[in-house]
Amino acid sequence: MVASANTRLRLETSRLTALFGQHRAVRDVTLLFPAHTVTAIIGPSGCGKSTLLRCLNRMHELTAGANVEGEVLLDNVNIYAPDVNPVELRRRIGMVFQRPTPFPTMSIYENVAAGLKVNGRRPRPEVDDAVSRALQQAALWDEVKDRLHTSALDLSGGQQQRLCIARAVAPQPEILLLDEPTASLDPAGTQRIEELCHALKRLYTIVIVTHNMQQAARVSDYTAFMYLGSLIEVGRTDEIFTKPKVEQTEAYITGRFG
Amino acid sequence: MSASAFRRHLTSRVMTALVVVLSFTAVLALVLILGNLVAKGASSIDWAFFTKSPVPAGQSGGGVANAIVGTAVVVGLAALIGVPIGVGAGMYLAEYGAGRLGFLVRFIADVLNGTPSIVVGIVGWTFIVKPTRHFSALAGSVALAILMIPMLARTTEEMVRLVPNSLREAALALGYPRWRTSLKIVARTAMGGIVTGCLVGIARIAGETAPLLFTALGNLNFTLNVNQPMQTLSLQIYVYATGPFDEWHRLAWASALVLMGLVLIISLAARWVTRQRYGSIR
Amino acid sequence: MTSLLGRDRSDRIYRRVLTGFALILPALILIILGVLFFNALPALKRFGPSFLWTSTWDPVAEVYGAAPMIFGTLASSLLALLIAVPLALSVAIFLTEFSPRWLRRPVAFLVELLAAIPSVVYGMWGIFVLIPFLRSYIVPPLKALFGWTPFLQGVFYGNSLLAGGVILAIMVVPYIAAVSREVLLAVPTSQREAALAMGATRWEAVRSAVLPYGRAGLIGAVILGLGRALGETMAVTMVIGNRHDISLSMLQPAYTMAAAIANEFSEATTATYQSALMEVGLVLFVLTVTVNAIARILIWRVARGAAVGSSAL
Repeated sequence: MVASANTRLRLETSRLTALFGQHRAVRDVTLLFPAHTVTAIIGPSGCGKSTLLRCLNRMHELTAGANVEGEVLLDNVNIYAPDVNPVELRRRIGMVFQRPTPFPTMSIYENVAAGLKVNGRRPRPEVDDAVSRALQQAALWDEVKDRLHTSALDLSGGQQQRLCIARAVAPQPEILLLDEPTASLDPAGTQRIEELCHALKRLYTIVIVTHNMQQAARVSDYTAFMYLGSLIEVGRTDEIFTKPKVEQTEAYITGRFG
Repeated sequence: MSASAFRRHLTSRVMTALVVVLSFTAVLALVLILGNLVAKGASSIDWAFFTKSPVPAGQSGGGVANAIVGTAVVVGLAALIGVPIGVGAGMYLAEYGAGRLGFLVRFIADVLNGTPSIVVGIVGWTFIVKPTRHFSALAGSVALAILMIPMLARTTEEMVRLVPNSLREAALALGYPRWRTSLKIVARTAMGGIVTGCLVGIARIAGETAPLLFTALGNLNFTLNVNQPMQTLSLQIYVYATGPFDEWHRLAWASALVLMGLVLIISLAARWVTRQRYGSIR
Repeated sequence: MTSLLGRDRSDRIYRRVLTGFALILPALILIILGVLFFNALPALKRFGPSFLWTSTWDPVAEVYGAAPMIFGTLASSLLALLIAVPLALSVAIFLTEFSPRWLRRPVAFLVELLAAIPSVVYGMWGIFVLIPFLRSYIVPPLKALFGWTPFLQGVFYGNSLLAGGVILAIMVVPYIAAVSREVLLAVPTSQREAALAMGATRWEAVRSAVLPYGRAGLIGAVILGLGRALGETMAVTMVIGNRHDISLSMLQPAYTMAAAIANEFSEATTATYQSALMEVGLVLFVLTVTVNAIARILIWRVARGAAVGSSAL
């Protein structure tokens, strides 16, 4: 895949290998994520797509025995360079997980503001603005604006996941990583989140891991297919799904294995 | 049904019945003890009982005001010492305790939880009573704190471990450093359980007598000075129950009822805190 | 643009602080051991190992032998276990296997409450209720039936090894029951279900599938109860008679190590007397630590390191 001259690259991996001890979960992957696009990573269970995602914000190394080889470049700076602070890095990259994880002791407001406080105290009006902006971006504002200070646990599953998205975008990251964000939601909730992806790519570069091919087809501009840790094929979504170049890709897409 | 099948089912019935009977015998003991407490103690409890101090031996009347306040002081001071250390050790075990040091600390905490409380009293005596040459509430509190620390370490660890790892991950992904994740997210989520553990520990040491026998010693007068000997309900019960006067025995029952009431209130408060917390989690 | 450089020192400080708190635990056990050992040293040197089997305890002549106390500790604890184990295991089995759902919480709560009763309150109840009860209703029939054995010789005045054993039994039941229950709960339901599916009766399923699986843990629970009984002080000293005497008869007064320390420590005016009591404390401590360590190892095998038996007890 070649990036056209007009698209800026914010994020890319270069010969990235992710290990759990001796086991290579991601093998020698080079992948480009053009700015303001949605890239979907698909593949059968165990192909390494979640592991790859977690390498992008240095979450992978938090597991005992986990290691990384190769590079991940954010604005042409290798995030795995020895002088890079992973904590600071994670503030520039937002992540949403499979299951909604609102902080149970905090209100809706406090949850969304949670990522803002790590950079030091900000004046209250500034935080208010950031919270309302984030909730609007997550399409949750109308539903919760009258009860911002009630417990986050009172929301439904779909609402909680949108809350997590609001929490992730509130610090205005550059990249947004979504790890199977609709896996635990019902169809209505799933649809709302998919609509969000279209809206949010104006502001962020999005990478979404999904085991649902149809979702990848609906939501993404580019799709990468992984199998057993290797990147098999990557390209524009419409091309991958209609005219895949690699036989394995076609086999997966047509459902011959999964 | 064949003969052997019948016999097996009969055995099952008999054993089940036996188990039930024995269980209820055990529970019966509790009911009897509490019942006795209420029956023999309740009539002696009046306002004077709570507000007066003991009168000279042999005379009637008097109360346990000094003992109630003394219990609060000694237990309160013990909690002040024991809670930070115990909870801190518990946090260590939950957050960083996967390695060899964690294993050792955990094992030692479990073993310390079975230490005879009289031995702990000896330690308190050695370090505070002996050098200062007098008995004091402080020495008693130190001894009680030593009892509390391993208890709280284990209950805190258990409660913090219950916090799902996904919450930690969510915080880390937001750019929270580990220490902040541990304090602001994990500990805060587990706080209800941690508080419960503390309350249960406090309830337990409120009833202790042995560690106080030669540390806090006991005091017939009302005092708030932690450098002086102090009376607690448990010590009072011991002195009165083993004494020669019927009047003392009457007061002992009443004091025991008050102490049980105190322990019960704290235990119920502990449960109430847990229910509050987990009532709101889906 | 936010810098990507730098390392966070706060994490290291946090970890160090928590580690400091944690290290207090090993320090505590060393302190206790150290205090007891160094204070006991004069007595250890003077009396040597014969301290453990000499029966004379004479503060005036300054001759000290701890055999009666050691005997009393072991005998009262053994008696307590004989009574408590069937009761406690029944409660645990009842709660996990046979109890209807609505009965579980109340019964479990009552058992926990039993554990929360302070030792001194048990002792008082022992003096005023249990001993008269034993004297009137239990000892006469026991003597009638078994008076010919060495275990029931002599006149029963009340304060006795028997009273000590019974009160210890009552105190230890909730402890063994609670730990046993946790052990039994750790047995996977698949074990029970497999047995029932093969046609076993309720009791057979318990006996052949659940109990063997949890056996190590149950033994551990019993040994934990033993550890608790060995160290129990107040209730014992209030009912056991506090006499330096070895007798096979349960009806006679006896002594335990913990009770002796509780009674005599304040009166120990000479250095040797005090040192002798410290040595008693050392023996008691080493004994209970060993017993508890064994118990914990057995329980860990089943419950895999969970904090069993530490709440409310």
